[in-house]
Amino acid sequence: MSGHEITFEPDDRYNAFLTTCRKAPHSGGKLAGVAVAVKDNISTRGIETTCASKILKGYIPPYDAHVVELLRQSGAAIVGKTNMDEFGMGTTTENSAFGPTLNPGDTGRVPGGSSGGSAAAIAAGMVRMALGTDTGGSIRCPAAFCGIVGLKPTYGRVSRYGLIAYANSLEQIGPMGRTVTDVSTLMGVIAGHDRRDSTSHNKPWTHTPRAGIKGLKIGIPQEYFGAGVDPKVAAVVNKAIGRLEELGATTVPCSIPSMEYALAAYYVTCTCEASSNLARFDGVRYGPAADLKKSWHEAFRDVRRAAFGTEVRRRIMLGTYALSSGYYGKYYAKAQIARENVKKDFARIFSEVDVIAGPTMPTIAFKLGEKSDPLSMYLSDILTVPVNLAGIPAISVPCGKAGGMPVGLQIMGRPWEDERVIDVAYTYEQAVT
Amino acid sequence: MAEEQVIVGLEVHCQLDTKSKLFCGCSTDYRSDAPNTHVCPVCLGLPGAMPVLNKRSIEYAMRVAKALNCSVLPESEFSRKNYFYPDLDKAYQITQYDKPLAEGGYLEIEGDEGGEKRIRITRIHVEEDPGRLVHMGTTERGKYSLVDYNRAGIPLIEIVSEPDMRSPKEARKFLNKLRATLEYLSVFDSEKEGSLRVDANISIKGSERVEVKNISSYKGVEKALLFEITRQKSLLRRGQKVDRETRHYLEARGVTQSSRSKEQEHDYRYFPEPDLRPLHVQSWVDGIVLPELPDARRERFIAQYGCSLNHARTLTGELRLANFFEKVVGTDPRGLATLADTWIADTLIGELNYRNMSIDAVDAAGFTELLTLLKEGTITDKSGIEVLRVMLDQRLNNQPCEMPSAIVDRLNVRKGSFAVNAQSGAESHPDLDPIRTSIAEVLNEHPAAVEDVRKGKKGAFNFLIGQLMKKTRGCADPAELNRLLKEELTKKEV
Repeated sequence: MSGHEITFEPDDRYNAFLTTCRKAPHSGGKLAGVAVAVKDNISTRGIETTCASKILKGYIPPYDAHVVELLRQSGAAIVGKTNMDEFGMGTTTENSAFGPTLNPGDTGRVPGGSSGGSAAAIAAGMVRMALGTDTGGSIRCPAAFCGIVGLKPTYGRVSRYGLIAYANSLEQIGPMGRTVTDVSTLMGVIAGHDRRDSTSHNKPWTHTPRAGIKGLKIGIPQEYFGAGVDPKVAAVVNKAIGRLEELGATTVPCSIPSMEYALAAYYVTCTCEASSNLARFDGVRYGPAADLKKSWHEAFRDVRRAAFGTEVRRRIMLGTYALSSGYYGKYYAKAQIARENVKKDFARIFSEVDVIAGPTMPTIAFKLGEKSDPLSMYLSDILTVPVNLAGIPAISVPCGKAGGMPVGLQIMGRPWEDERVIDVAYTYEQAVT
Repeated sequence: MAEEQVIVGLEVHCQLDTKSKLFCGCSTDYRSDAPNTHVCPVCLGLPGAMPVLNKRSIEYAMRVAKALNCSVLPESEFSRKNYFYPDLDKAYQITQYDKPLAEGGYLEIEGDEGGEKRIRITRIHVEEDPGRLVHMGTTERGKYSLVDYNRAGIPLIEIVSEPDMRSPKEARKFLNKLRATLEYLSVFDSEKEGSLRVDANISIKGSERVEVKNISSYKGVEKALLFEITRQKSLLRRGQKVDRETRHYLEARGVTQSSRSKEQEHDYRYFPEPDLRPLHVQSWVDGIVLPELPDARRERFIAQYGCSLNHARTLTGELRLANFFEKVVGTDPRGLATLADTWIADTLIGELNYRNMSIDAVDAAGFTELLTLLKEGTITDKSGIEVLRVMLDQRLNNQPCEMPSAIVDRLNVRKGSFAVNAQSGAESHPDLDPIRTSIAEVLNEHPAAVEDVRKGKKGAFNFLIGQLMKKTRGCADPAELNRLLKEELTKKEV
């Protein structure tokens, strides 16, 4: 089966792709000939990888990310690189230097982000599955907004080698697909240890989704149904949880008090790491050539000012400030304490329940341009970031519609129990389809 | 008023002599290769590449920690030091900040006031070397720089001392001792260009401290410190004060220069490197077996070979030198130790330094033969030096290298070639005795000196001996010359 290729000539009316490979080669294997899209922050040898940023326009990686190597070995055809918020910084895919992706369900709305291109490509039927990355909800949010399935694996389950880092301590590459089974299949290709990522674990994926949740205990945190959560979304999710109860699960009310500080801890941590990660893009090796007549500090500054988008510049500034002398203890160190508290809250709840369930996003997909002020956009991440702070697995599975738009049911699990999360989602999916 | 007290502390960066880089598999043996040929996504800092810690480099650093009597911490951690510089591939250096590998040790040196002196070690940490800028063109025309990332990611250890040194000389001794220790541990190669860099903190007691960066040679340390002390003292004597600042050492000019500019006012924004796990390696310490270190070897040289303390210190102060000495002396069946002691520690080192040669260039077998010739009285000390110089020059000029006995024959400097030899019939033909002939010539050439000798001037006798040595090209036995000259002078008086 080696030496084959598929022709990929999609009608990309939603601007889901930044790069498409018209002739996509593939070999034999588990995913032989399956068209897979890859988010544009994952390095692909020989295929331009821009993170939807002008500063990486024209950058063609000389090497494959670990997951891309695995995809190629599995026989998958990498058909293109998907649009995203620049460097993953956003919740709508509007922060792309190459134009927003539109939600296939309503082109007046955003697909969510930052893996909006991957979600839209799946929702529009252009590909069966795709890779996304999730730093604070970037797989689950677009999955919820576009009505598909997306898994944020346990931190360390999938190698990050080749993922262009935004916030290393928070992010994971994860599978997205139309069905839980597709997501599980893709997980089977990408999970496992990679010696090139020191934070990866030897936990390969051999699982096949199984229905059946009799006796399962589901924690329902009050914060996931409180202020800021659209009642219509809450109602849809509540109904879905009711369905899980009918299938044999019991629900246990619980609380994650540390969520009060979760957003702050998240935004301090990710901006600090981002300010360091993105410092290398200076116009010397990447981006438009620096003006050599200026002093190099001025030249670096001018290139960065011109080539980074507003949100990226904002986060770099925030992170640089938070790490600067005299502020480290006040911000970064405090954020790590808050992070530990989130972890402890989850550990406490997971000592009594098997999974935690709630909405993925507090609302349905925003209208294009609706979240123009950064703070209201940051607030929409409140239900997804605790998972990244704690490093636990979580899936978003479609559970109905509100206002004509898809709603996602989020199921969170104990560390390394990604399989259980998959099974609960699968049980629900099988029951409603 | 008492002499102002000088206070010196050093931060020494040494390249660890591992086969591969600190965070990737690239080879560290880059010095003879074209730029940017020992690179990969990791050490080029390509987007998405991640560091993987080289276990060997941590083992090496721990050997140093143990040898310097430091405690390895139960948990240490890598941090990012963020700054923009074109040679820094990721715009941050992975180093250790508030959780270094090891803390609190000491190194003993020979103090200025005699005896052993302990210089305390504050900490030892591990970090990666940045790339290297190569500046092209002149300042006026075609000025540009190229970046070579071959060096990027070479493992370094930074050894920070307490401000325990009281003179540039002590600082140099500390560095020499440190270098020797690292070489004995087989973790460092001082011969490799750029393998050691030093920052020095220096102050006059009661005044502000100045950091001098960019010292890249052993001699540079002493020179930079001497310059800086003179500068600070003269400021103080003129009633001015020393500013707390960072200065750069300009090796070519031997001066330090203030580097206070915006570019140098760094806020490094340290934070833990999220792509590496914390290190828990304290339990490895017990498994580390240290080799014989310089102090122990020095004591052994004194006990085993009868070396003088000073010679033993010199010989064991460099691993290669100490090894050379033991190679020459071996089990010492020929009893060469006493000769070797002086000839290596004094003569050979002097000749090597003069030629800027390394001890590695000296053939131990040849040198052993030379010592044997000296020991057996075949040649004089003076001829020995001449033969040694020929040996070294041949090596230096890539000429075919002769063994000492061959050189002795070629130069015709065998002691007998000028000595009185009763068996050779010299007595029956006294006029043919070359030494007596030489004496006769010298006495004829310098009648004034002969007169002075007669008046009892000792200097005049020595002058005549000197003239004789010249005439006999140093091949005559000095004792024999003395005796014969006295004899001839007495004959003249009669």
